[in-house]
Amino acid sequence: MARTRYATDRGLIARMGVTMFLLGIVFVAFVLALFFVLTYNRRAGSGSSTGLIVIAALIGVGTAFASYYWSDKIALRASGARLVSPGDSAAAARLHGTVDRLCALADMPKPRVAIAPTQMPNAFATGRSSKVAVLCATQGLMDRLDPDELEGVLAHEMSHVAHKDVAVMTVASFLGIVAALLVRFAFYSELFGGGGRGRNNNNNQGALPVILVVMVVGMVVYAISFLLIRLLSRYRELSADRSGALLTGKPSALASALQKVTGDMARIPTRDLRAAEPLNAFYFAPAFSKGRGQVTLSSLFSTHPSLERRLAELAKVSQQLSR
Amino acid sequence: MGFLDTILGRTKPVAPNLDALFALPSAAVTLQAAMDLQPTGSGSACFRAAEGRAFSDIEKDVKELLEMGSGTLPVEVSSDSYGFTWLVCHHTRDDVEGLVTDLHAVNSSLEQGGFGPQLLCTLVGFRSPAGGRLGLVYLYKRGTFYPFAPLAGERRDSALEMQVRGALGDDLKVEPDLGRWFPVWGAPGL
Repeated sequence: MARTRYATDRGLIARMGVTMFLLGIVFVAFVLALFFVLTYNRRAGSGSSTGLIVIAALIGVGTAFASYYWSDKIALRASGARLVSPGDSAAAARLHGTVDRLCALADMPKPRVAIAPTQMPNAFATGRSSKVAVLCATQGLMDRLDPDELEGVLAHEMSHVAHKDVAVMTVASFLGIVAALLVRFAFYSELFGGGGRGRNNNNNQGALPVILVVMVVGMVVYAISFLLIRLLSRYRELSADRSGALLTGKPSALASALQKVTGDMARIPTRDLRAAEPLNAFYFAPAFSKGRGQVTLSSLFSTHPSLERRLAELAKVSQQLSR
Repeated sequence: MGFLDTILGRTKPVAPNLDALFALPSAAVTLQAAMDLQPTGSGSACFRAAEGRAFSDIEKDVKELLEMGSGTLPVEVSSDSYGFTWLVCHHTRDDVEGLVTDLHAVNSSLEQGGFGPQLLCTLVGFRSPAGGRLGLVYLYKRGTFYPFAPLAGERRDSALEMQVRGALGDDLKVEPDLGRWFPVWGAPGL
């Protein structure tokens, strides 16, 4: 086999690995902290917070599993997209043709194809495995992009499917979900359970600090895991950009699509944007504009890397291909 | 893709399988004998041109190489509406082997240049006695073939395709997943 031009980006992979490792550490620390709180609690003679934690964990598992298992249905419902077959319209035939070719290039099973009837130019791919994956483009995306650019965007989305990003991000978010639930439960049990504790004050003195500790631990874990998950999400976007660009061999087409899509997005009426926000993590580019170039709070919190960062990475791929 | 590749978001571009292409000449004989399908002598190789000088240099070299070999008949280069490039070679009707050798030259040049993953498919054209068109399409990434018989108005002659699949039997590895028999409407060389 001759030399390859498709080297992986070791720096990106290392950063992604470190992020996941840190998430793992936070998870272990979280479990240990809860364990200590619980043993302390048992000595103090109250079982109420054990039940709290178990319920939070169960609901967390349930939520994560539901969003993983029905990710395709949820996303289709939320975006109002409908599945199309090649015979439906010229646009559908075109979309199917492009996806067909990308699948043959990448040796992937073909995902289902959907079109969302909004003018906001965007695309998303979701589904727990590549067999049940759905790839959705909005009407606005197909109207605005030329064939090369559309292909670049679709290749980016197919890379998300190939990388099983729905599964990875679900596992990563699980921790955050449980921590957030714990905080909320602890808060409500403080509010509504307060009277009962007052009556048994003498044999139950440890309970008030325990609930507070659980709440604080939950908040800290939630904050850290939130930042790490967003960081991971941005790395997954970069790696999907890279794989997509290598698949089509045209990084610059993807770059120009990105510019068009993010540039256009700022000019869309806000009602549309607000309706779109819950879906952002799966989208090709998030539907709100942000400050450029500087490390701001919003860049730490965003699910997608800045346009500049993505364009710079794509330029690197372009150089690599033409050497 | 392995577990670690998934976790780290790495995709390895899929390398093409080139050797199975040489099973085509004997399959052409089978199709002639079983179904009276005649090769047209035309065939094409389809790939996704990458941007940059490196790829366009290789593309130029391939074209020159083929034109030297085939002597009189020119090699056509065309690109379809999806942005894929097709190199069309013409040979005489009975020279399927020569055609396959030419098509293989395209593949190996691209692969040696490091652009193997850009190869999409290769197509060899046939005609039925009734005048229907049939293409045997080779999927590089799968190492499998499938028949594609277009009718007017972007419809497929599925009956003919199934018949061909039956006739080919063991001569060629036919793609078992029908979902991957993707149509190549208006493919040059068909």
